[in-house]
Amino acid sequence: MAPAPLELLDRRLLFVTGKGGVGKTSMAAALALLGSTHGKRTLACEVDAKGNLADFFEAEPNTFSPRELSPGLFAMAMNTEESLKEYLKLQLKVPLLARIGPFARSLDFVANAAPGVKEILTIGKLLWEVREDHYDLVVVDASATGHIVGQLAAPEAINELVKVGRIRDQTRWMVDLLSDPAIVGAVIVATPEEMPVTETLELVGRIRSETQVDLAAVIVNKVLPELFGRGEEETFQRLREPELVSALSRATGSSIEPVLDAAELAVTLRRTRAEHISRLRTEMSADVPMLYMPYLFTRTHGVRATRTLAEALAAELGY
Amino acid sequence: MAKRDDKPSLEVAGTLEQLLATKEIVISCGSGGVGKTTTAAAAGAMAAAQLGGKVLVLTVDPAKRLANALGLERFGNVERRVPSELFHAAGVEPRGELYAAMLDTKESWDALVRTHAPDPQTRDAILANPLYKNITGKFVQSHDYIAMERLHEIHVSGRYDLIIVDTPPTRNAIDFLEAPERMADFFSSRLLRWLITPYRSRLVNAASRPFYNVADRILGSQFLEDIAEFFILFHTMYDGFVERARAVTRTLEDRRTTFVVVSTLEEAPVREAEFFISALDQRDFHLGALVLNKVLPAYFLDDAAASVAETLCRKAEPIAEEVADPQLGEADHVARVLHEVGESFLNYRVVATREAEQRKELGRVPEIVASAPFFETDIYDLAGLLRLGERIWR
Repeated sequence: MAPAPLELLDRRLLFVTGKGGVGKTSMAAALALLGSTHGKRTLACEVDAKGNLADFFEAEPNTFSPRELSPGLFAMAMNTEESLKEYLKLQLKVPLLARIGPFARSLDFVANAAPGVKEILTIGKLLWEVREDHYDLVVVDASATGHIVGQLAAPEAINELVKVGRIRDQTRWMVDLLSDPAIVGAVIVATPEEMPVTETLELVGRIRSETQVDLAAVIVNKVLPELFGRGEEETFQRLREPELVSALSRATGSSIEPVLDAAELAVTLRRTRAEHISRLRTEMSADVPMLYMPYLFTRTHGVRATRTLAEALAAELGY
Repeated sequence: MAKRDDKPSLEVAGTLEQLLATKEIVISCGSGGVGKTTTAAAAGAMAAAQLGGKVLVLTVDPAKRLANALGLERFGNVERRVPSELFHAAGVEPRGELYAAMLDTKESWDALVRTHAPDPQTRDAILANPLYKNITGKFVQSHDYIAMERLHEIHVSGRYDLIIVDTPPTRNAIDFLEAPERMADFFSSRLLRWLITPYRSRLVNAASRPFYNVADRILGSQFLEDIAEFFILFHTMYDGFVERARAVTRTLEDRRTTFVVVSTLEEAPVREAEFFISALDQRDFHLGALVLNKVLPAYFLDDAAASVAETLCRKAEPIAEEVADPQLGEADHVARVLHEVGESFLNYRVVATREAEQRKELGRVPEIVASAPFFETDIYDLAGLLRLGERIWR
């Protein structure tokens, strides 16, 4: 494998995205955990209000103000209203009185109605944490494939729509940071199945053509283990012959047939998925690093799953 | 796979066949990656084959392979008939006709504007407005509303006996249920009215001056004016939109409409399905069926099989020697294979056991629960869709 993925955790801000159901949140949790165990002051941030990032750390639901979950690991949930208030306070020095009541509601309405404003409030807050060096690493459990491009491209889009004013000054530094590959990277999580692979390939193209964000890695999740090594599959196929099936059933005390069926199923699933992985590899440009995470048979949720994935990531990254 | 004891069972009285014969609109929902679109297409194919009439599958984001499976080069906003030769090729003489269409959000919004704009000038001004383009193209929630709107439009056209619609992938599955109401609220809101009061009179309005000052500092006045212009134009369609959004809500509540929740038995989709089922209940929408997809074969739960697998792991070497056969190769080579076979069974058994528990909890809710097995290969033709359909049909 190319040495490029070694740099993954040296970036400052990682947007972890992917199709629903591929394990985007667990991967974001694992990346953040790995970062913090390697001495980086790390912030994990979920962008989706309905997210369950906290579950992967066995923590209380996240809030806008970050909480330290374990040494060096902080977690927060994005909230654009809070983000707007913070922005008004810190950047524009708007007096407290104006930040509450009907006035704030009006602003919130504009934020909701005007395209791109919510995205800016989200991206802006995350970039600001990085710019102010509050954290060494910020890992974002970002929006799913359908929305991430709009989010990452928002500062530029606003730059085009808004010709003057404070916002434009703001979006300029955001665009500068976003386009620096040493600072910001996108991570796409996929599973070796048809739709996730197709969406990943589309997203790779869109991130490259519609945003200035560097594609840091594609993580293939839920990779099934290889059952048989060289020559072993032929042996397995011979075991399925009737005489051997009866001999084995006698030796094990009961019908071995379902167990052999199960192995056959496992082999076929593995093979079908391997085809999707090779499609992803061949149709994606070679400079995108790919990481492979195992399918977890025992636990798919909770901090145990996060730890297991973090260990697998560490192995893939050569730590 | 489709063998022996993994035959999907029907736990409770009632079948998908009966449900589809009764209802006019079936809305397929569930979290991403559970096979919602494929299930909707399979149910549509079965309905066209067995029940007859004109059946439409309206999908949101189809895989190219699904389009191919339906014999269509690509999907479009316009409904297209699935060639009956495809049914014949699958060995089925369909009683009815199957149609498919894809939801094109942008095109549907444009069509809506064309319908409701009071005059050609306003229509063209809206369609050309940069904010409009941005909102319809990128605004996340706009998918939810337009999907329901298009469903309503097709339903009232009376062109189909049955419409099966697949819902947009949203993290928050209830968003699209509320989309019509949200749209109506949005157009009735005081803030919208405030925005469309003439720019100049707003400037002199003392109450809004602090807002304006700050907004101007942040956004710049040109941008504010753009926003205002957009909303003024949009407001001309107010009556049409609100009335329409209410009609869409009525369609969802109608007893001829039913919801089918699709889920795998993995933890996250199950939780989403539970949440969704209770959301339907709260709104008094009709929950027709639960389709459990990608269910592992039942033999993983068989205790005798599990003990065979354990024996293989524990005594791979003596067993390998016992069945020794020169054709099979060295005993230690055979032992490795046997061990691997046992190990793999036990791995998958853990998953199957966990999923059986999820199923018990989830299966209590709707009257109809159907399940489809974990198909080894992807579905790439109509025969494949019908094969899936057969498993969930009765």
